[in-house]
Amino acid sequence: MVEKDIEQLEEKAKQIRRLIIMMLVKAGSGHPGGSLSATDLITALYFHVLKHNPKDPKWPDRDRFHMSKGHCCPLWYAVLAESGYFSFDELWTLRQFGSILQGHPDRRTPGVDVASGSLGQGLSVSLGMSLAAKLDKKDYRVYCLLGDGEIQEGNVWEAAMACAHFKSDNICAMLDYNGFQIDGKVCEVMNLEPVAAKWKAFGWHTMEIDGHNMKEILSAFDEAKKVKGKPSIVIAHTTKGKGVTFMENVCDFHGRAPTKDEAEKALKELE
Amino acid sequence: MAEMLYQRDVYGKALVELGKKNKDIVVFDADLSGSTRTSFFAKEFPERFFNFGVAEQNMMAAATGLASCGKTVFVSTFAIFAAGRAWDQVRNSVAYSGYDVKIVATHAGISVGPDGASHQALEDIALMRAIPKMNIIVPCDGPQTREAVIACIDIKGAFYIRLGRPKVPTVENKGKFEFGKAQVITKGDDATIIACGIMVNEALAAAENLAKNGIKVRVINVHTIRPLDQDVILKAACETRGIVICEEHTVIGGLASSVQEVVAENNPVKVLCLGIKNRFGQSGSPSELLKEYNLTSFDIEEAVKKVIS
Repeated sequence: MVEKDIEQLEEKAKQIRRLIIMMLVKAGSGHPGGSLSATDLITALYFHVLKHNPKDPKWPDRDRFHMSKGHCCPLWYAVLAESGYFSFDELWTLRQFGSILQGHPDRRTPGVDVASGSLGQGLSVSLGMSLAAKLDKKDYRVYCLLGDGEIQEGNVWEAAMACAHFKSDNICAMLDYNGFQIDGKVCEVMNLEPVAAKWKAFGWHTMEIDGHNMKEILSAFDEAKKVKGKPSIVIAHTTKGKGVTFMENVCDFHGRAPTKDEAEKALKELE
Repeated sequence: MAEMLYQRDVYGKALVELGKKNKDIVVFDADLSGSTRTSFFAKEFPERFFNFGVAEQNMMAAATGLASCGKTVFVSTFAIFAAGRAWDQVRNSVAYSGYDVKIVATHAGISVGPDGASHQALEDIALMRAIPKMNIIVPCDGPQTREAVIACIDIKGAFYIRLGRPKVPTVENKGKFEFGKAQVITKGDDATIIACGIMVNEALAAAENLAKNGIKVRVINVHTIRPLDQDVILKAACETRGIVICEEHTVIGGLASSVQEVVAENNPVKVLCLGIKNRFGQSGSPSELLKEYNLTSFDIEEAVKKVIS
């Protein structure tokens, strides 16, 4: 990995953040905070790691990505459009009647295999995909993005137990640990700590990184590929609303779209 | 004496048969494989069987992920857990994404018996029917269980197939099974009995007794709750003087509701429903419980007399 590639990914992430802001201001509702916090992770994944073909979204040997924290779909839609799954024009229809970009992801979007939105189910969905790869003796990998508030759901821990039990080493989960959920700070609403110890105890190869550092993100994905016999999780310490100063660590922006003025200010910052 | 079969035995054997022909069939269970009989498949095809432990929510969502990669996934546990415990996963993962996940739930209804109310799913059809696009079959006996399981493979999308715990008598002369087509088992223009599952046999016994009194009853086995065979139901509504609906399920949201909705919208006739009415189940033998909850052939006879009086 040369310095130039890292810079390119960083520039790409900035572009994705711009798209997220533009989509959300047009839509008038949606979730900027968690979309921006996971942008670096998902940009690195789609533009450097994932084996996929935007011209053939159903290519059987593709790596799978599932966004379990479905409310952050503006991020997903932005990387899909930027990858070429559909035209940028679609982005400006987010959340509108008849759009292929629903308020939470479903199968009408090219590049989305399974619906999400009801939190806690995505790691299970990913486990199913991972079992399919093993059954068909294929080497594709399965990536799953989890939110920190999301892992308060019991279903996540059922899945965590099962991924380790079935030795799903083709799974790489990512935890977007931005520290906020709708009602406030995660540690105050329902504390998750010790997070890493929990995943370790459930039998996972556990990595902790700065979720905004491209080098650390890429080396975590690399490390996960080398792990045999157990699933991997990247616990990414992130900042909610990352990249837009007035959104950073502001709980209100979990689920509120920017106003026109705010969007203008945000886009200036992301130039 | 009619042949007596466990529907789940038939299901287990059908899975093995299908598994031999179709390598894309995968089976999931949640620590009840002995009871649901998915253990037969597990023994034959261990690499295509996954036990999820006591974690039904994870199992349902994982089935969706696996099915999204082209597999046909049979998912089994008791009806109370399949439809109740994992409802959100069935709605938001299984049905919404619409891949080939076939839920075959056993131990449905009051006839579960001694285990009591916590294990007697009396709301599962209602829960599944409320979900868009969920196909629902309630086979009436052993052979029909096999036919339903085979039929669902060739139809894309999510299924809920409801089976019971006890041995059930095989219903004679019901004709060929066709998904979505109700079976008219006896002819008659005085009254209609519409039933599903183990109640079909009770309905036939009632019809036989009523015939002795000169009341000719049309008995219809509505094995497919969705898509519902509206034509056969409306024909009966036109041609007979009243309808009695029987199911081993709450009268809210299941077969009774399905039939009443069609009749009320198109051709209102007098309808009486036999089912569970605002009560939980309890421990007892299946026959004691069917009696306590007014689901015997005698109760059906009385209801028919009332509906045409």
